[in-house]
Amino acid sequence: MRSKTHIQTTINGEERDFLCEPRQSLLEVLRDTLNLTGTKEGCNDGNCGSCTVTLDGRLVTSCLVLAVEAEGREIGTIEGVAQGNHLHPIQKAFLENAALQCGVCTPGFIVATKVLLEKEPDPSEERIRFFLANNLCRCTGYDKIVQAVQAAALNLRGTKETQA
Amino acid sequence: MKWFEYEAPTTLADALAILDANPGACLLAGGTDLLVQLRAGRKQTDLVLDIKRIPELNEISFDSASGLTLGAAVCCAEAYEHPLVKQHYPALAEVASIIGGTQIQGRASIGGNLCNAAPSADAVPLLIALGAVCRVVGIHGERELPVEDFCLAPGQNAMNPGELLVSLRFPAPLPASGAHYLRFIPRNEMDIAVAGVGVSVTLENGAFKAARIALASVAPKPLFVPAAGDSLKGKPVSAESLDAAAQLAKAAASPISDMRGTVEYRRHLCAVLTRRALEAAVRQALGQAQETR
Repeated sequence: MRSKTHIQTTINGEERDFLCEPRQSLLEVLRDTLNLTGTKEGCNDGNCGSCTVTLDGRLVTSCLVLAVEAEGREIGTIEGVAQGNHLHPIQKAFLENAALQCGVCTPGFIVATKVLLEKEPDPSEERIRFFLANNLCRCTGYDKIVQAVQAAALNLRGTKETQA
Repeated sequence: MKWFEYEAPTTLADALAILDANPGACLLAGGTDLLVQLRAGRKQTDLVLDIKRIPELNEISFDSASGLTLGAAVCCAEAYEHPLVKQHYPALAEVASIIGGTQIQGRASIGGNLCNAAPSADAVPLLIALGAVCRVVGIHGERELPVEDFCLAPGQNAMNPGELLVSLRFPAPLPASGAHYLRFIPRNEMDIAVAGVGVSVTLENGAFKAARIALASVAPKPLFVPAAGDSLKGKPVSAESLDAAAQLAKAAASPISDMRGTVEYRRHLCAVLTRRALEAAVRQALGQAQETR
């Protein structure tokens, strides 16, 4: 009876299917089965946010999602943020503001920041810090991350105005 | 994690039948408590029953006469983003926004926060203060029980094997009423309450018509303190009446000393937080009364 389950899902806009055990987390399957290793494992209990992905548009820690729950859902990972070889403005802002050192937390911060700025193009510093409180960084001390988010927000607002 | 089977029924009847056949099944809503417990070996099961695909457990509906129905699997983010929740139950929206961080709020449900029956659960004192009622359904029928009777001990709730929490029903907010949850944590977010207080008040002609007060983290379960709320009935809104209620809340607390705080400190916090939460709820009630005039 210990058979794997066949799951059909959408990852970064592409239809994907995979086999998994019911006990496997979405994080495990993303990294070990689908080779999407941009999503990082940190604490594996929902505290650190390094495994952050979107599930039907909502931010979640993929260590606290069972892979079988992904059936019919839409998942977004860090691999879907850049467009081909063109970095997303948030990714550029993290580089330009040196908002990373070891980089393990960075994919989670970027995925979370993208959701924040899509909902709220001009968040206050306090709002940024509260929104990103579920993402831990043990290198930067957060200031540079906050500055990168602010720079990305400014850039994205400028792009929108130019387009309009 | 040890091997388990997984089912995600799409009707309540199917879920109840599976649960009846597998009394040891664990119910999965947001999983922010359950998956951590299973991984750490603090809980074991042969079957995880995902209840998120059942329509009744995802319901959010409001009627000005009968109030709000909140499905037990609705995640915190969906609850606090909902216009009707924000408009009619601002304190509920606020408490949903301080449980965990953004990612936890995208999964964790208010119903799960209640079922997990942690003494420190942030939502529960407010649910009690708001007079929320649990709709519990099993294969042999359904029953309603007030939230204050739902938690029995740390991690233990009043549901029998085979039963599940379908939804919470909140009475319609009364004119000139307000509610508030206040907790003390040494950090600004993502922390477990050293003590927490949920209150609701209804005012009439500058006096309290009714009030309900409940406490978190100062007893083996979320603690309803009817004496504290009842002491306010008919009393004017004043420093004296608020302090008297705060002292009764403090007297009801039976906390333990642990790394988060001592018995003395937690009891002291109960009084301070009760007074401040009452002040906030009164402000809300007065604001609301002005708006309707």
